[in-house]
Amino acid sequence: MAGMSESTARFTLDAKGLLCPLPVIRTQDRVKGLAPGDELTVLCTDPGALHDIPAWCRIHGHELVATEEAHGEILIRLRVGAG
Amino acid sequence: MSEQRKAVALISGGLDSMLAAKVILEQGVHVEGINFYTGFCVEGHTHAIRKRDRERQKRNNALWVAEQLGIKLHIIDISEPYKDVVLNPKYGYGQNLNPCLDCKIFMVDGARDFMEEEGFDFIITGEVIGQRPKSQRKDTMPLVARESGANDRLLRPLCAHNLPPTLPEREGWVDREALHGFHGRTRKPQMALAEHYGIEDYAQPAGGCCFLTDKSYSGKLADLWAARGRKDYDLDDIMLLKVGRHIRPDSHFKLIVGREEGENNYLEGYRHRFVHLTPVSHPGPLALVDGIPNEEDLVLAARILARYSQGRTAEQVEVELTLLDGTTKRFQVAPLKPNEIPDGWHV
Repeated sequence: MAGMSESTARFTLDAKGLLCPLPVIRTQDRVKGLAPGDELTVLCTDPGALHDIPAWCRIHGHELVATEEAHGEILIRLRVGAG
Repeated sequence: MSEQRKAVALISGGLDSMLAAKVILEQGVHVEGINFYTGFCVEGHTHAIRKRDRERQKRNNALWVAEQLGIKLHIIDISEPYKDVVLNPKYGYGQNLNPCLDCKIFMVDGARDFMEEEGFDFIITGEVIGQRPKSQRKDTMPLVARESGANDRLLRPLCAHNLPPTLPEREGWVDREALHGFHGRTRKPQMALAEHYGIEDYAQPAGGCCFLTDKSYSGKLADLWAARGRKDYDLDDIMLLKVGRHIRPDSHFKLIVGREEGENNYLEGYRHRFVHLTPVSHPGPLALVDGIPNEEDLVLAARILARYSQGRTAEQVEVELTLLDGTTKRFQVAPLKPNEIPDGWHV
């Protein structure tokens, strides 16, 4: 867990080195334990995650907050939806 | 108003399971998808590894199908329990090491668990009688239903007219008349139905989504079992079988040689777990050495690696050997000539 603000709990998931669909599966499993409004930052290295995790978010009603890619590392931040 | 029924659909990412889910969605049933990750899924992995594919737009077809249908998709990691299916298939293998019938039973069983835990009413698959020689036959349809424990809560919307009515049909949760009677290997009815629904973009026919149906991959897995003297694997083993050239000069060791930058980058992640070799006098790939090589074997391995380096035509190539304890040693070797690597060494 990276830190908390008043209203949003922020969490981090390390999925580096995993190939898709494992980063999606790890994200899915992590989100199950979070509450609506929580933010999860997923760190990964498989470029497929840039496509798959946002698709997964759209399907399940979670909000994609940001994606960044630098030096072979990908960061995807999402906000958990009402489910 | 009658209660809305809930179905869990096995979604592979191919057309048949997409159509099956669509047929049931059209009847007003609440449908959610389930997709199983076995470790042998072609989806994603080779694209992620090979550099030439990294630039190509790629998608996870199961997620894509779910999005097109507007349904949720639950991806379940079954790679660990799935081992028993691969190692001990009750109904044997298909043409390669593909245990398709046991696999189907296992997945429907998994969907049944999901159905019971999550309060769903029935299961749907895209199976079509006669579509697949091993797992989708007239005699295997009731077998899958029975052995998975799904029994008559398993509905195959695409070939339902060729099977006895299931519980969802008898109870009127779905209209049997609006289901289909597809059979055989032809794809024409599926393509016509796709057109009817306005589905133009879909993944190519099912069966190509599992590495175990691939002859070359199955050959590598069989070689792994033969070399170890036992049928077993872990997730890293089966990942590495997807990557690089596998060259086995002797039963007690083999080389995994990266074929291009993407594969070399992937193999880098494993270097601390294997004795490995890299050329230092010339650019070239990384080679992992799997097994228990002796000193003579390592010289041979270095000569093989040198053959795949840019020093392949040089008199000598300098190679660095790293042992499992991290100690390194450099030495010169003469690259093997292509005809000095027998075909039989290529796994």
